[in-house]
Amino acid sequence: MKAFAQLIKALDSTNKTNQKVAALANYFKTAADSDKVWTIALLSHRRPKRPVNTTLLRLWATELANIPAWLFEESYHIVGDLAETIALVLPHPKGSTEMSLTKVVNEIAALSSQSEHIKKATILERWDQFNYYERFVYNKIITGGFRIGVSQKLMTRALGQATGIDTDELAFKLMGNWDPKTISFEELIIAPSEAAAVSRPYPFFLAHAVEGKVEELGDISQYSFEHKWDGIRAQVIFRAGTHFVWSRGEELVTDKYPEFDELLELIPDGTVLDGEIVCFPNGQIGDFNMLQTRIGRKNISKKLLETHPVILIAYDLLEWDGKDLRDTPFEQRRKLLDKLVKSKGENSPLYLSSTMNFKNWEEAAAERERSREKRSEGLMIKRKDSHYGVGRKRGEWFKWKVDPFTIDAVLTYAMRGHGRRANLFTDYTFALWHEGALVTFAKAYSGLTDAELKEVDSWIKKNTLERFGPVRSVKPEHVFEIAFEGIAASKRHKSGVATRFPRIHRWRKDKKPDQANSLEDLKALIPE
Amino acid sequence: MPLLVFNKNGIYCPQADVYLDAWRKVPKCIVTHGHSDHARYGHGQYITHKTNIPIIKHRLGKLQVQGLDWNETLLVNGVKFSLHPAGHIPGSAQVRVEYKGEVWVFTGDYKLQDDGLCVPFEPVKCHTFITECTFGLPAFSWEPQQEVFNEIDSWWAANRSNDVTSLLFGYSLGKAQRILKNVNADIGPIYVHKTIYDLNKAMAKDFDLPEFTLLDTSIDKAELKGSLIVAPPGVQNAAWIRKIGAQTTAAASGWMTFRGARRRRALDKGFVLSDHADWQDLLTAVKATGCQQVIATHGYTEIFSRYLREELGLDAKTEATAYEAETIDQTQETA
Repeated sequence: MKAFAQLIKALDSTNKTNQKVAALANYFKTAADSDKVWTIALLSHRRPKRPVNTTLLRLWATELANIPAWLFEESYHIVGDLAETIALVLPHPKGSTEMSLTKVVNEIAALSSQSEHIKKATILERWDQFNYYERFVYNKIITGGFRIGVSQKLMTRALGQATGIDTDELAFKLMGNWDPKTISFEELIIAPSEAAAVSRPYPFFLAHAVEGKVEELGDISQYSFEHKWDGIRAQVIFRAGTHFVWSRGEELVTDKYPEFDELLELIPDGTVLDGEIVCFPNGQIGDFNMLQTRIGRKNISKKLLETHPVILIAYDLLEWDGKDLRDTPFEQRRKLLDKLVKSKGENSPLYLSSTMNFKNWEEAAAERERSREKRSEGLMIKRKDSHYGVGRKRGEWFKWKVDPFTIDAVLTYAMRGHGRRANLFTDYTFALWHEGALVTFAKAYSGLTDAELKEVDSWIKKNTLERFGPVRSVKPEHVFEIAFEGIAASKRHKSGVATRFPRIHRWRKDKKPDQANSLEDLKALIPE
Repeated sequence: MPLLVFNKNGIYCPQADVYLDAWRKVPKCIVTHGHSDHARYGHGQYITHKTNIPIIKHRLGKLQVQGLDWNETLLVNGVKFSLHPAGHIPGSAQVRVEYKGEVWVFTGDYKLQDDGLCVPFEPVKCHTFITECTFGLPAFSWEPQQEVFNEIDSWWAANRSNDVTSLLFGYSLGKAQRILKNVNADIGPIYVHKTIYDLNKAMAKDFDLPEFTLLDTSIDKAELKGSLIVAPPGVQNAAWIRKIGAQTTAAASGWMTFRGARRRRALDKGFVLSDHADWQDLLTAVKATGCQQVIATHGYTEIFSRYLREELGLDAKTEATAYEAETIDQTQETA
């Protein structure tokens, strides 16, 4: 645990990527093999099952720190991170321990089945043996969400430096369904077994947003166009007589979408499809709000399958006849894919994202304008000769989204942010006019520059009306233009409207609050 | 009428017609220390500890000022004023105010840790204690100063061995001198930003600081390699910083307790080194006065005073002042 906490401290002590990579590579060269596996797992968001809920953790930390509960909560709201708050308020440790990371993680995993009494005794004992960084790391492992500025890409670079293995190959090895409890470093990194490879998806290839003028992409005949569907990016894998559905968050979601079970009989073994899962009620694409219902559900009832069915809109073929097609040009992959999907008939849950060619950019722009009626977010632009790369590479695939919806709303509530924005009021609630009153319609966290954030933060601190724990209501004085991608009627929202990806477009310092839009203006944007 | 009241100009003693750390121009003002939110421009007469006189004159120019020694009594219309060490920065004082047996103490800013630079904090018995609580949250707990400087020394030494320049940001008045006084000057050459250089020249005769050089544009980049540069936080994004070559940046501040505060400022490293009292020291200071009434002026005032009321049974409240409080991101020279 000491070495791992030291690593986290080292990663935390620099903003420079090269130094982070060096610190990680150094760790991977010197740490015990099992600790390395757990380090890779934790930094790629794999963690043992949470053995206690955060309510109990807070309670125990409060007891050990000998402070009232309200004071712990106030501290938490200001620090903005639970693991960090607990590490900070606890009294200095009385002991120390040489336990390895693996031992600590195994102990956490084993706690799940223990009594609350034993859980508490164990966690309190560790708290009293760990220094600040060990406590912080320990709390992070328990509570999850290990975000410390180390991306998967950075980690694979470090692993590459430490082992001499190609980083693309490492990225492939690290995807998929491996279990840090049972796999060895040798199996995972050095020589992965065939069995694990069966379920393993390819790293997703991502598109860049079009920057500047779209014409600058050059000769339009080099590009293939598709609509950009707004669902969940997914790979569906058919290997060894079974199938796997992976979402882009590297989550195995096969059980959540039983619709695709029937594809097993239609698609030959040794096939990997890349596409978008979308809701498809009544034979047309539903909004993302509907898909949310499916994403959140653990038990997929028969009724849900009827009201919220899903389909896969396939747009790429990554493996065919057991062969990796990623180095085959896109145009050829699509020919194979089109043939495969078209042969499956009308009633399967497999659809095709049709490709389009345009003679000039004006035609393409006109099609982009039709995106909303086609229930897409805009256009995808892919080079016909593009390979299927790893991650986000420049110059191959582009997304050309439609301009977002925008509306002018009034800032009404603010809350302190988390992480990098801890102790700054950066999480805002916005409202629109309805019958002379302001009605909340969206929350937004992003879109302002750091300088603007500071300015708003300082204004909020001086113009607070009421405090509700971490939330402050503020004078309805400032108008912001809020942009969002999608809009749908919703019974779950007070305003009756759900918006997708709301964010601050700009601060309308030129507008007075009574010049903000009304709820009726917003509702008028909902598609028929 | 209370002995001290809070009005639009500052903390006021009506009986003596004297202000303490006024934030607007007043005829007569006792100033606790030289930071700009406490020592404002434009008062008719300044009364402060002798150590502060060169500092305040350096910052505010010519002014009419009366210097006091520690514990020296100033009698104004029956009210006894005296200054007592606050340990915040050189010259920083608490103001004791006594009238007809009633005693109030105003702390200005203070810390209990002995920083080896200024006269350490001395508790003063009183009935009413007007206290800052910049770090009035249990999340703030300072390590012993030597441990922090061991960390700073090893950071600098490691950077130096990699030919990287160490840029350490800290307030020019107080923090900078504390760093100079305590860092291991044998590691390499030390450069200071002009603001700090000038302050050092104005005040530092008495403080036995190690050798430092003024950082100016005529210095060759190669010369700076591996050195320590101490600069105020406001210059973090200044153009000259990009020109000094391979560097790593750090800040020395109590706010560096929060990972978020450091990340937001895009610093490589944060050292938790504060010239204010941490949570436990604030409680220690309150208890040491034996007071019944507490007024919290700046910092996490609501939280701190609620704790004093509910857990310690004190009559605690807050008063709004113009002293800088929620200042994580503040880069100007105050606090």
